[in-house]
Amino acid sequence: MGIRIQVFSTIGALFLLAVVFELIRRRKLKERYSLLWLLTGFVVLAFALKRNLIDILGRTLGIAYSPAALLLVVTLFFILILLHFSTVISELSDRNRKLAQRLAILEWRMRNLLD
Amino acid sequence: MRVLVIIPAYNEEESLGSVIEETREHLPFADVVVVNDGSLDSTSRIAEEKGVFLLNLPYNLGIGTAMQTGYIFADENDYDIAVQIDGDGQHDPSEAMGIIGPVLEEKADVVIGSRYLEERGYKTPLARRVGIALFSSYISLIVRRRITDPTSGFRAANRQAIRFLSRDYPSDYPEPEAVVLLHRNGFRILEVPITMRERRGGRSSITFLRACYYMIKVSLAIFIGLFRRVGNGD
Repeated sequence: MGIRIQVFSTIGALFLLAVVFELIRRRKLKERYSLLWLLTGFVVLAFALKRNLIDILGRTLGIAYSPAALLLVVTLFFILILLHFSTVISELSDRNRKLAQRLAILEWRMRNLLD
Repeated sequence: MRVLVIIPAYNEEESLGSVIEETREHLPFADVVVVNDGSLDSTSRIAEEKGVFLLNLPYNLGIGTAMQTGYIFADENDYDIAVQIDGDGQHDPSEAMGIIGPVLEEKADVVIGSRYLEERGYKTPLARRVGIALFSSYISLIVRRRITDPTSGFRAANRQAIRFLSRDYPSDYPEPEAVVLLHRNGFRILEVPITMRERRGGRSSITFLRACYYMIKVSLAIFIGLFRRVGNGD
């Protein structure tokens, strides 16, 4: 793996980690939703720093151009994160539904009491 | 014996008034609750004027959620029988007794009014008929008996079914899924013949693209549902 791509992916991973850290610090990101992002950052960082890791991975997967293996890893993590978000959205919409139903029924009860 | 008629309504100002009146005429002993699913027109005002129970959902959540709200209401207020009648005027309240009957006689836990059980000259567009036929065979296969009209929303449920549906009700396009869900949880389902009218106001919520989404979504939901453990989802 070339030195340039190594430097570039190190910077990228550090930047991602810094942004996630800062978002958590400012309470704009909850810890439970940041874990996958942090994991992604650390994995990319590990691959960027330890150059033979990526070569081993590339060889194992039969990828001739080993930096492409890094892309593969990153893509995999992105898919994981998106899937995680889909489950979070599903849960939120479920709770939202229950809340709206509760509200409609409580509103009816309240009107009933006032009449 | 306390009976509740659940009328889900989304922008049904043209038809809701007469649906309520006809329901009262034919089921004078029943209470009526309108579940207003975030309508943008005067649906809620009409229900208020008619003096029925009115549940206003704060925004549009879909027919399944609206219907379930009605079932939660029925369960919390201890109704023995709940009848679903659409707010668009397609269901004829004069036929509601025929749907309630088998529940009263304890012949079934849930009764579905079917357009296709008897030939009554109801004209369905070909595409929809094909869709319904597909669903019908798919669902009949699962519940191992003939269900001719799984998409019909003209239904009645007894106490146990009310409680079950108040806890677990499918979200969008819920009717076919609810049939399978009820069957898998041991409820006895019976179809009775009805005649469905042309809709009076509003528009059908089914366009071609939605119909495709409908077919895929419902088939998938039913299929995956078969791998769930029996019992309520919450």
